[in-house]
Amino acid sequence: MTQTAPLIGQPRRKSGLATVIGLLWRDKFAFCAALFLLVVIVCALIGPALLEDAATKQNLRGRNAPPFDMARDWEFFFGADALGRPLLVRIIVAAQNTMMIAAGAVFFSALIGSTLGLAAGWLKGRASQVILRLGDVIMSFPSLLLAVIVLYMLDPSVFNIIIVLAITRIPVYLRTARAEVLEVRERMFVQAAKVMGASDLRIVFRHILPVVLPTLLTIATLDFAFVMLAESSLSFLGIGIQPPEITWGLMVSQGRPYLTNAWWLSFWPGLAIILTTLSLNLLSNWMRIALDPVQRWRLEMGGRKND
Amino acid sequence: MTDHLLEVCDLSVEFHTAGGTVKAVQDVSWHLDRGETLAILGESGSGKSVSASAIMNLIDMPPGKITSGRILLNGADMLKMSAEERRRINGARIAMIFQDPLAHLNPVYTVGWQIAEMMTTHGTPAAEARNRALALLERVGIPQPAEAMVKYPHQFSGGQRQRLMIAMALAFKPDILIADEPTTALDVTVQAQVLALLEELQAETGMGLLLITHDLGVVAEIADRVVVMNSGRIVETGNAAEVYSNPQHPYTKKLIGAAPGKGAMPEERDRGGEPLLRVQNLSKHYGAFHALKGVSFTIMPGETVAVVGESGSGKSTLARALLRLEEPSGGQAFYKGRDLVTMAPRDLFGLRREIQMVFQDPTQSLNPRMSVYQLISEAWAIHPEILPRGQWRARVAELLTKVGLSPDMAQRYPHQFSGGQRQRIAIARALALEPRLIVCDEAVSALDVSIQAQVIELLEGLRREFGLSYLFIAHDLPVVRDFADRVIVMKEGEIVEEGTVRQIFDAPREPYTRALLAASLDPDPEVQARRREARLAEGLLTA
Repeated sequence: MTQTAPLIGQPRRKSGLATVIGLLWRDKFAFCAALFLLVVIVCALIGPALLEDAATKQNLRGRNAPPFDMARDWEFFFGADALGRPLLVRIIVAAQNTMMIAAGAVFFSALIGSTLGLAAGWLKGRASQVILRLGDVIMSFPSLLLAVIVLYMLDPSVFNIIIVLAITRIPVYLRTARAEVLEVRERMFVQAAKVMGASDLRIVFRHILPVVLPTLLTIATLDFAFVMLAESSLSFLGIGIQPPEITWGLMVSQGRPYLTNAWWLSFWPGLAIILTTLSLNLLSNWMRIALDPVQRWRLEMGGRKND
Repeated sequence: MTDHLLEVCDLSVEFHTAGGTVKAVQDVSWHLDRGETLAILGESGSGKSVSASAIMNLIDMPPGKITSGRILLNGADMLKMSAEERRRINGARIAMIFQDPLAHLNPVYTVGWQIAEMMTTHGTPAAEARNRALALLERVGIPQPAEAMVKYPHQFSGGQRQRLMIAMALAFKPDILIADEPTTALDVTVQAQVLALLEELQAETGMGLLLITHDLGVVAEIADRVVVMNSGRIVETGNAAEVYSNPQHPYTKKLIGAAPGKGAMPEERDRGGEPLLRVQNLSKHYGAFHALKGVSFTIMPGETVAVVGESGSGKSTLARALLRLEEPSGGQAFYKGRDLVTMAPRDLFGLRREIQMVFQDPTQSLNPRMSVYQLISEAWAIHPEILPRGQWRARVAELLTKVGLSPDMAQRYPHQFSGGQRQRIAIARALALEPRLIVCDEAVSALDVSIQAQVIELLEGLRREFGLSYLFIAHDLPVVRDFADRVIVMKEGEIVEEGTVRQIFDAPREPYTRALLAASLDPDPEVQARRREARLAEGLLTA
């Protein structure tokens, strides 16, 4: 039964930001997730500038220092790595590279993939076929091999890594966007827009994209973790980010040989990856509801969950 | 304690939602005897299906909760039984059929297998189950039952699928058959056949039939007694004929008054001059399948032309071809002297303004992510020459008032409205472009009877006010009778008869038109009884 939801959501005379924060506050998990992401972003922005020196200073007497040791400075609260560098500081500093690569790669792959997917779904015929085969080519080519070839020829800089990772993830968005468009384009409101004389661009961007977007956003947040780990495996192969530059993924793989006697080397950066992805996921889940007028009342009603 | 076959006493069901507790039904009591047909009549949201769901143990708890009442099957309270006992009753002693049979048949198994499976799961040997399935298919009137056993659900028509569902329901000779809107999705002639089948089977097996419907005509055709429900309560109950001829409750009176097809037929008006739209030999093929075979007709300015026909008659294809949602395969359609079929896309864009469409299901034709203001004002974003941006807000308010909604609803989203209100929004959107011709594709079919009457009244008023013309596509003849000037009857992509409303309803020439008229159900049980006799005598529907 498609019942009329309670009549709320009357025009509220509040500014946009206040409404967003209000809606965020209703979902406590999403609120915490947003706070955590804010902390990560702040770390990424100002961390390297403040703590660059502390993060690279070696201290061989403190090799693999265990965490929670109150005798040392706060910097060593999470312990120290194989060269005695404080893990907490290194995680804060690594946030910049990590976020830049992950956000950059996810953003570009989502942008290009979704655009191609929308085009492939809306345009029938040859254009659609060409786009799809392009996606197949990328998918059938081992992504690590592609990365090895590209990064062997080019310089393994942050920008090049973003490009390589973005290209390998394009098919995910392309396929999803196309499949959704194929379904949405047959819906009645698209026909109604056609009858009104709406142009193709208008139909795709005003009518189809808003319906498809939540799915793409959810995929993008899940992909965030994948990209972070893919970047670390590139570093492991020696073609990604190279020391002394650091990323979370690189820290995880650097800690691997010590897993049996110093678990914290890999654990803390791994936790940072998990928490970031989890937060993004919670936030995207919240966003899916907040952006959907049919679902929004769940947030406006207060924290009571009904699903 | 009681000698009724099935008795529901003081049943109340609540649903807990985030919007608060909704009382779906309150203190509902009725009973069903052997060999009797009881109809529960109500509009959407009246709670008519809830008591049947409670009987079949289909209410999800939570969020649903049965707060009071008893359901007695031969005197035993079903609500106190264990889940195991309930399962044994379901299907075997009480069976149910639904509105949409396709959704309840598994598409990857043959129908014979599915009917037999139902029996084998209850312990019948496979060979016996197979034979019995074959006998059932034959009994419910599936042609060539032996071949039908190995066919898949999609290979049957809508009416046949409903017959298959009935066959499955009858597998264990149930005492009670619950039919939830069994014929709502079917064409009128098929509806009459399915109802006749249900009646025959009831006479044979002596089962009690509980029929849930919104259609007064179905009640008139088949029900012995009727229970009228409104917002979760029973407002009236009694003998079907008595309730119709002498309704007590205001709601029942309103419901009967709203039934279409009783008003005076419109007088013939003389319309000289140029036709607004002249269609000649319009055709549409899909491969070898001819959906439209050379259709020709005209629409005068200010005239309402109705196109009626059963599903597959090509009436929707006609509308879509005229609006170039589908490219026609041949023929011409002159709108104000210009051919719509061969027109270049650029010229067509200008004409989009003048020919608008209202779709069947407003839930789907309104983008759920756009507010009412955005939905209506989009017309002016596409055609900026109509209205400068500064006046949008005022004009949206004006249009909303015109279609009977309040201007302060502009910021709401479609899901916050009822079906009838949504259709009004769709009409307001069409009016925003100031069209000359509106194509209504089953525009009122999905609405409740009383809402249907209001929407038609609205369309009628708009016609008078703006001199609009309508191409009104419908499968429901009584609706057309009150509203249209002329009627076109279509069958298999061709026009079989065309004439004024009076000619079609009072003196139909073609056997097909007569069959359609005979099969459509009148809300008056006495009229319906006479029709049935005539129908039997004429043998029109013995297919």
